[in-house]
Amino acid sequence: MLWSVELLLYVFLIITALVALEVRDLLAAAITTSVFSFVTAVLFAEFEAVDVGFTEAVVGAGVVGVFFIAAIVRTTRETKD
Amino acid sequence: MLCSVIPHLPVRGDVDAPLHRKTSPAGSPVAGYYYVKNGYEDAHTLNAVTVVLGDYRGFDTLGETIVVFTAGAACLLILGRRRKS
Amino acid sequence: MIEPHPSPIVRLVCRVAARVIQVFALYVIFHGHYSPGGGFQGGALLASSIFLLRWGEGAPHKIWDLPQRVSFAVGAIGTLIFTVTGVFGLFSADNFLNYSALPLPGMSDAMRHYWGILIIEIGVALAVMAILVAIFDQLMNLQADD
Repeated sequence: MLWSVELLLYVFLIITALVALEVRDLLAAAITTSVFSFVTAVLFAEFEAVDVGFTEAVVGAGVVGVFFIAAIVRTTRETKD
Repeated sequence: MLCSVIPHLPVRGDVDAPLHRKTSPAGSPVAGYYYVKNGYEDAHTLNAVTVVLGDYRGFDTLGETIVVFTAGAACLLILGRRRKS
Repeated sequence: MIEPHPSPIVRLVCRVAARVIQVFALYVIFHGHYSPGGGFQGGALLASSIFLLRWGEGAPHKIWDLPQRVSFAVGAIGTLIFTVTGVFGLFSADNFLNYSALPLPGMSDAMRHYWGILIIEIGVALAVMAILVAIFDQLMNLQADD
């Protein structure tokens, strides 16, 4: 793939990680973590490790996001700190 | 320290990297070469990753399944205890 | 306990998308010999289709409810399928998980390996799907009243 697209993906990866750390709303943090996993999956697929990318897309972006959202529904949405 | 090593790593997809050669620099045969060479004759399966995960390294996959099962059992025990109290 | 979503459009989309995801998960499991995919990914896809149905249609459903006891048992069965497939190799005084010893008549060794890989992938998919669904149910406290 083009090196510029790859650089863009890396920059987007760092941005989503920082946003997921800094945001106050826990639901937004969970969604941003899913976006982080999805960008990681795209990078894996771009490295021609399609099996690893597939696992990352399904588990990281799908199931873990659902678990986070379930935990938020059961507890509270706003963080204290 | 770690960043200073990065320029000396082999290029991605390099055929001559020590991981992809027939024998390692110490002279012993590399496992990946055998898998790519004999995978289809051994299992009639085109996807080499499936052959390695399911056949050559089946014990790893068994351990992975047992880990998932044990994690589920532990999760059930912990969360179920909180429900009763 | 999850209430069904009030909007019928959301419920319809959840039903249709869950069916599509299930068909794709079966494709991923059984076509794993030729394309990327396998038991773990297919099982996680099946589990996520069930999550989608739970969010859309409400959790204790009349028709397709999956109680926790059943899902945990299915996970145990999936792990057991894998282990029993491996033990067949031990019975014929061979290595553990050697698929050449499977009792499949009239096949070459390579085809026995082919079917052995398929069987263990079905086992992995069952285990992963059932365990993820069981964790989700426990997390949402779906089994509170029994």
